[in-house]
Amino acid sequence: MISPLSIIFWLLMMLMAPVLPGVINKTKAFFAGRQGPPVFQLYYDISKLLRKTSVYSETSTVVTRLAPLAILFSTLAAALLVPIAFRSAGLSFAGDIILLAYLLGIGRFFMVLAALDRGSAFEGMGAAREVLYSALAEPALFCGLLVLINETSQISLSGIYEKLTTEFWLENPATLLLIATSWMIILLVENARIPIDDPNTHLELTMIHEVMILDYSSKDLALIEFASAVKLAVFSSLLVGLVFSCQGMSVLVQLAVFVAGMLLVSIIIGAIESSIARMKLLHIPKFIVGSGALAIIALILKLSGN
Amino acid sequence: MKKHLKIKNSTFTPVSAVPVVDNHQFKKDVAILVAENSRLSALFVMQRADQKLICAVLSKDEDASLTLLATPCQKEFESLTPHIPQAHMFEREMHETHGIDMIGHPWLKPVRFLPKPGSKDEVLPGVTNYFEVTGEEIHEVAVGPVHAGIIEPGHFRFQCHGEKVLHLEIELGYQHRGIEKALLRNQPHQNLRMIEVVAGDSTIAHTTAHAMLLETLHGVKPDRNAHLVRGIALELERMANHTGDLGALAGDVGFLPTAAYCGRIRGDILNTTAVLCGNRFGRGLIRPGGVGYAVDKAIADTVLERLRSIEADLISAISLIWNTPSVIARLEETGKVSLDDAIAAGLVGPAARASGMSVDIRCSHPTGAYQTYKPELSVGSNGDVFWRTRMRWLELKDSMKLIRAMIGELTAVAVAEPLRSGAAADVIAVALTEGWRGEVCHVALTDKSGKIAGYKIVDPSFHNWFGLALALRDQEISDFPLCNKSFNLSYCGHDL
Repeated sequence: MISPLSIIFWLLMMLMAPVLPGVINKTKAFFAGRQGPPVFQLYYDISKLLRKTSVYSETSTVVTRLAPLAILFSTLAAALLVPIAFRSAGLSFAGDIILLAYLLGIGRFFMVLAALDRGSAFEGMGAAREVLYSALAEPALFCGLLVLINETSQISLSGIYEKLTTEFWLENPATLLLIATSWMIILLVENARIPIDDPNTHLELTMIHEVMILDYSSKDLALIEFASAVKLAVFSSLLVGLVFSCQGMSVLVQLAVFVAGMLLVSIIIGAIESSIARMKLLHIPKFIVGSGALAIIALILKLSGN
Repeated sequence: MKKHLKIKNSTFTPVSAVPVVDNHQFKKDVAILVAENSRLSALFVMQRADQKLICAVLSKDEDASLTLLATPCQKEFESLTPHIPQAHMFEREMHETHGIDMIGHPWLKPVRFLPKPGSKDEVLPGVTNYFEVTGEEIHEVAVGPVHAGIIEPGHFRFQCHGEKVLHLEIELGYQHRGIEKALLRNQPHQNLRMIEVVAGDSTIAHTTAHAMLLETLHGVKPDRNAHLVRGIALELERMANHTGDLGALAGDVGFLPTAAYCGRIRGDILNTTAVLCGNRFGRGLIRPGGVGYAVDKAIADTVLERLRSIEADLISAISLIWNTPSVIARLEETGKVSLDDAIAAGLVGPAARASGMSVDIRCSHPTGAYQTYKPELSVGSNGDVFWRTRMRWLELKDSMKLIRAMIGELTAVAVAEPLRSGAAADVIAVALTEGWRGEVCHVALTDKSGKIAGYKIVDPSFHNWFGLALALRDQEISDFPLCNKSFNLSYCGHDL
């Protein structure tokens, strides 16, 4: 059952996604005492990139050319499963949570494959890091979902989010807070933000996400940049839906709260990036496992409470 | 052991006075001197009358002395490196330029990829055999000579096991311009310009050393105020580079606030140098005999006034580093160089002090303004990135103190007169200064007409690049940029 309104919201979120990195950069510029690039910079970048021609490495195969499309479409499809503005998602069915996680997984799979395709030492290292960290982040995400499934007795994402009302928060403040924190960390991991990755660095040896797309140019790069922005929007909307509750209010209020929430998440990311340093690579797995530990504590709290 | 010839910093001695011993005795004597806390400041081939000699300059901190020792330069030379590792680069250099076979040297790789002595065949930089580690899970990562940032060219080859670096090999030479040879081209009026760009960020340190050599050869004593201006400029150079590096270190760990502010403050400091001479890097300021620009009380007061706001800005920007645990955690225990390794490799400057060596030419072999104004020598303990970072800040604060003190005494100084001809004939002169990276060593040799017949420059980077390779042992490859920045060595200073 696909409602037209949810499709419109989905389209709106796709359109809005490139604003989020712009807000993060503006926040970082504010903390650094700089003016920073315009909020809409990513739109300009994407439109510029779309007008350029691609250059491919001689050692690359068809995988390199296919990957950007696979990354984009898997991410767009994943976004279709996420409840937007406190409404039911565009597509919703029992167990869609699993599909969401693995649609994002498909995008990652192609990105890693393309990175290995070029046979560069840098990109291979980035791919290895990406795979390690996402493998650690995945159980943490599911652990949090498990608590929510257990609590709401729903197994579709839209069903779960419908139950996340203010009363629900007041009943389970500790577990929800733990899950929200754990998911915030997963958001930072999955979107290659500080303290895990540094999106601004030019140092190939330290990169994770950026190094895997070093060989991409023009349209391919535009697709990947856009997909990354959408991925950030997907994780932000999961977090906003969890933290804010506007069930039963008018559509306009819901939309306003949702947009404000999304911007707030970006500002928080910007503030985090401005106030702490990037972690030593060796310590990152511990950090991610820590987010899983938070989710497991939430689960234990829940199970012992019943 | 024959009595050695000891001279002071910035003085000369007749070439004939330098004791010449045979290869075996030379090796023994240098080993004894190094064991007695002397450092190999320079080791090079020089021409004396009709004889080629290998000459060593060893500096000793305890008695502010420089020991000169020579041995005949033959086809074969018993290498010092197996017992004195700090000689390894010098010997590779001599092998490359003079084709001397260094018996016992572990690996006589090219330093600057020069054509073989006597041949004109071009040698491509970076094309050589590299150390290889084999094994199923070993991978090799090559970085450079073209880098992602706006830096100089250099090639880095890592042998890795997963994220762990087993070995890093650094190959430079891309920036070789032949400065040492060009200085002998009989156009001395061009020499100062060339010395200024030995390493563009150490202009003051190199030109001061060069000026000291010429002054001692010509028997000229610069004005006291000229010495003060040189001291102020050298400290401003130190401040600008340390500030830039602190910002870059913060940037490398993704800590934006300090990174953003330090970039600007570095500019403010460079502009303060420009107040003295119109050039941000101090080009044209130092001139043999004194200074190239007149400085009066008004200019000195402007410098002082700018320093006041720079200090306030620096304190607020840098203290963010020490107050942020995530930054400290990132810096600590990263890229350690032990004290023993630092001494063996002959490290100099802040990198050596971070490992616990108390070396500073301004303290041990003071000349000019430093004879009255002694810096407070800060010494670290762990030799990690944290201490190399911390060292920058401690030295920054000390530099500001020194500048204030020197300006307090400064009255006015006029432009120096050009040196008249009549340099001492058949002598060897040595000058050491402490640049922001460490010891800068210049050695000049004159012929019987007083003309410069040989010139040797040792930039601190020449000593310290190997320290970076040591710092990377058993580290993660992702820590390389941070370790590299903590040393921030010069490519062109090494390549000359």
